[in-house]
Amino acid sequence: MSDDETDRRIPVRGPLAGESPPSAAELTPQEEAEHEARGGVVAGRSRQGMFGVRGSGDTSGYGGLRLPAYVPQPAQRPYGDWFDDFTDDLLAAMADNGIPAEAIQQVTVDRGEITYYVRREDLLPLCRVLRDDASLRFELCSSVSGVDYGPEVPQRLHSVYHLTSMTFRRRIRLEVTLEVDDPHVPSVVEVYPTADWQEREAWDMFGIVYDGHPALTRILMPDDWDGHPQRKDYPLGGIPVEYKGAEIPPPDQRRAYS
Amino acid sequence: MSHERLADVTTGTDTAVGEGRDPYAAERRTTEGPVYTVTGGDWDELPSAPGHDERIVINMGPQHPSTHGVLRLVLELEGETVTQSRLVIGYLHTGIEKNTEYRTWTQAVTFITRMDYLAPLHNETAYCLAVEKLLGTEAPRRAQIIRVLLMELNRISSHLVFLATGGMELGSTTGMVFGFREREEVLHLLEFLTGLRMNHAFVRPGGVAQDLPVGYGEKIRDFLKVMRKRIPDYHRMFTGQPIWQRRLKGVGHLPLDGAIALGATGPILRSAGLAWDLRKIQPYCGYEEYDFEVPTSYDADCFARYLLRVEEIDQSLGIVEQTLAKLAETEGDPVMVEDGKIAWPAKLSIGPDGLGNSLEHVRKIMGQSMESLIHHFKLVTEGFDVPPGQVYVPVESPRGELGYHVVSDGGTRPMRVHVREPSFVNLQSMPAMTEGGLVADVIASVASIDPVMGGVDR
Repeated sequence: MSDDETDRRIPVRGPLAGESPPSAAELTPQEEAEHEARGGVVAGRSRQGMFGVRGSGDTSGYGGLRLPAYVPQPAQRPYGDWFDDFTDDLLAAMADNGIPAEAIQQVTVDRGEITYYVRREDLLPLCRVLRDDASLRFELCSSVSGVDYGPEVPQRLHSVYHLTSMTFRRRIRLEVTLEVDDPHVPSVVEVYPTADWQEREAWDMFGIVYDGHPALTRILMPDDWDGHPQRKDYPLGGIPVEYKGAEIPPPDQRRAYS
Repeated sequence: MSHERLADVTTGTDTAVGEGRDPYAAERRTTEGPVYTVTGGDWDELPSAPGHDERIVINMGPQHPSTHGVLRLVLELEGETVTQSRLVIGYLHTGIEKNTEYRTWTQAVTFITRMDYLAPLHNETAYCLAVEKLLGTEAPRRAQIIRVLLMELNRISSHLVFLATGGMELGSTTGMVFGFREREEVLHLLEFLTGLRMNHAFVRPGGVAQDLPVGYGEKIRDFLKVMRKRIPDYHRMFTGQPIWQRRLKGVGHLPLDGAIALGATGPILRSAGLAWDLRKIQPYCGYEEYDFEVPTSYDADCFARYLLRVEEIDQSLGIVEQTLAKLAETEGDPVMVEDGKIAWPAKLSIGPDGLGNSLEHVRKIMGQSMESLIHHFKLVTEGFDVPPGQVYVPVESPRGELGYHVVSDGGTRPMRVHVREPSFVNLQSMPAMTEGGLVADVIASVASIDPVMGGVDR
């Protein structure tokens, strides 16, 4: 298998333990169709080599280890806890407000937290329903953050929203996956004014463009800064050493035990 | 005036603007009339244009004693009234979130403790709770009690800094001296308990670095005795004082709906009438076992926020006292998870050359067990794997909801650590508090938000 094929494969897989990594050849058409049907949520980089080996072989460690990418598994009903009732309420409220059920691409329940992967075009109306519907009432948008899963992953940029319902004392997570070539997502500032600075931060650090934001400018970096520092492929600086032009390599090029 | 061209040595600005013109207030014609850019000198020299309003845009900060750190306020003034206010941040951005991605899960604690430097232990605990949730383990009971003890001590010291800096910003230097004096007591105690005054890195994934030192109970009791005697002094000095009341009452008003829409949490939200405290709402670290009140007010002004913080100090002292009995109960219990694949391999002890790996441990790995040596080396250099996934763990820091959104890709380093910093989010409420008020009240409002710029900029 060439490197190109490795990059293009859709890393769909089961639990991590004791499973061989999938490749494009191993995916059955049915699996691929299932993957497409749920909106193709992919979220994880595959790792290889015990000592972070890339390209040339490692002479001091085992470079043959291949760990497939982690993909959050879609949850099956019953989700458990309050998640089932809540999801029913949410779907009902969405139907009342004319938001299609397909707006939610995938539901994941992991470590007692529920995540809704949302189609980006439905994000804003969905947030409005979540805030205003009497059975949902997510008054507080706790956090907006960007996540970059690295250059080799499709849909590498994620915009993650943590909503809190103060009335019902619940928390949920909304997640929008984005291609790096088209990092546009509607801004939720008009529903949650608190997202203002947090979206600016995600733009500054990850280059996620929040359409409709009142003033999407850099917030932490200087205005004329190039690039988005928290992206995984953002070049890091090394430290020059005052001897024969040597340099301490940047942290992502040092030998790493990861 | 000399014809020699003068350049300001610090900024390189050409100050010689020509004959007969004020070098400090250059005039520039725009479509909205003349605009004067005042760069220095005396306010009296600001030319008064006849028939022109007094609209001034003023930059306050980033270097200003009363902006609470390197915070820059851009205020548009109409006389003494603020018509618009905006905040500029980022002067203290250090890239801590990115840095943690190149350290092991344990090493990241050393970074995140330096973000909100007035609440380091809340940051450490929130991060460690997030990592433990990803790992699917839980720290032992004694470690949780120690965390509660440290967090409450930290809350006291943080609120004392609010009283100190807030007092200073509003002109009460006595308040500053009082606040820092009491904070010193807390820092002495924290130094005794954890080894460091600030940036402790004492709370670790899986528990805490080590058990409390011998004689901790007595020290804490002495501390409580001193604080119980001194806290009423604040009420005597501030609460009933007319100047303090007039500076704060009715100032920086932010009603409940505004606070929620702007995401303000902590004392700001509680001052608006919602008893929202995560220690009660979704208890962590066993907070449900402690008996304490959530002080709440309906006034929604700076005075209410001041009063709530003093009352919270009182409540925290009560929690600290309650931990003593629980600590006595669990004397000798482990403070780190039993799992040898996560727990730090070395036990620390004081040797002839200071604190370090215990002699017993060194003897074992160097002389008896090669496997122990390998295990020690792997765990210290490589760290432990954390199963992939993401979690969001909020705790109640002195400033509000401090949330950690941590994503793991299954490696020995975090893939993403995002911090929902209460200072960062709360600062957004500053324009709503100050617009339409007086310049002097801006200071009171910023002080009542109590932002820590290390946390805002990260």
